[in-house]
Amino acid sequence: MRKFLTYFFALWVLALVTGVSVAGLRGSLSRKPPLEVFPDMDRQPKLRPQTTTKFAGFADGLSSRLPVAGTVARESARELGEFQTGKKADGAWVDAMPVAVNREFVQRGRERFGIYCAPCHGAAGDGNGVTTKFGMAAVAKLHDERLIKMSDGEIFNTISNGKNLMLPYADKLDPQDRWAVVAYVRALQLSRLGKKEEIPDAVRSTPK
Amino acid sequence: MSDIFPKWTNQLPVMAGVAAAVLGATALAGITYYVTPKYTRVGYQPKQPVAFSHSIHVDQLNLDCRYCHNGVEKSWFSNIPSSSTCMNCHSQVRKDSEKLQLVRDSYASGKPIEWVQIHKVPDYVYFNHSVHVNRGISCVHCHGEINKMDEVYHAKPLSMSFCLECHREPEKFIRPNELVTKLDWKNEGFDGKKAVHDWKVQPGQSCSTCHR
Repeated sequence: MRKFLTYFFALWVLALVTGVSVAGLRGSLSRKPPLEVFPDMDRQPKLRPQTTTKFAGFADGLSSRLPVAGTVARESARELGEFQTGKKADGAWVDAMPVAVNREFVQRGRERFGIYCAPCHGAAGDGNGVTTKFGMAAVAKLHDERLIKMSDGEIFNTISNGKNLMLPYADKLDPQDRWAVVAYVRALQLSRLGKKEEIPDAVRSTPK
Repeated sequence: MSDIFPKWTNQLPVMAGVAAAVLGATALAGITYYVTPKYTRVGYQPKQPVAFSHSIHVDQLNLDCRYCHNGVEKSWFSNIPSSSTCMNCHSQVRKDSEKLQLVRDSYASGKPIEWVQIHKVPDYVYFNHSVHVNRGISCVHCHGEINKMDEVYHAKPLSMSFCLECHREPEKFIRPNELVTKLDWKNEGFDGKKAVHDWKVQPGQSCSTCHR
């Protein structure tokens, strides 16, 4: 009896130690993909974005497709006007943004600016964002006279299509958001151009 | 009879019982511990084609998640950035680094980098990123502290009970919406109950909420 139980527990401990050392603990890092013991319908042959497909019609094997040549997505089917291009019909830059600007709009611009522009241009537009410490050269200072005088349309165009070393941001910001960023850039510029008298009494704080 | 069945055999049923109980309990404990996404999925850390460090880009440089994953607020799917996104900076920053060769090649050829997808809910689960990040549910709840990861790994189980934990008590997880990408945000006095009420957050718990 004793003997049997001794052997049994010895084997049990051995099996336990082997099992745990092979299987590891919860959360231990592994290069192996998750085990799917009962696959059920976990992975279906439908197309999901940004993955590969064996469908013969898509020779490059990409599930996310570019538009077929000559087609236009519904939301961009509207005629390209000032709102989408920042240009007037005659090709000149739009002077003032073709959207209604309110506080909410500028706030949106501020948020988007923080995400997409501040890494290079700096939170206050001084051209000293974090990337400039790592070799990003010739980042525009948004408070330069040249940019203060630049028309809204041209700034919009720079965001959309890039300029010099700056790459386009049209894929990150839709036209509405680009105009919002333009509005916020104007607000940043104004913050250094404004005079004390222009601040309404209600919001002016008296220096101590 | 005692020659055929020695005396110790009287205890055989007891011994068999003890052994069966111990084995049964072990099997039960093993299944409970191992047959769960907490074991099968958590910790998955595939080797990526480019050694991109979230910790450097987010924690150190303070980039917002949405700089790269810019579709997350609009789409059910949170996009992996195209290599042109990398090139926004890396056309100048570390532009000759060997580590970035694949990125430059991809940018030049238009052929995407084959990143390995880590977080995958089953195909019969409908999960919409945008509705979560637009209602104060942060990336960190499902993806863990990505901002601290040099190499991303699967940090949360993403099991059904994991989803339901939050769907049953969203007030414990919700945060101000503008802070969803601040992964290290700590709740100091934000009233989750009020937010759930005011923003009309109604996370469904019926089957068809996710299995549609």
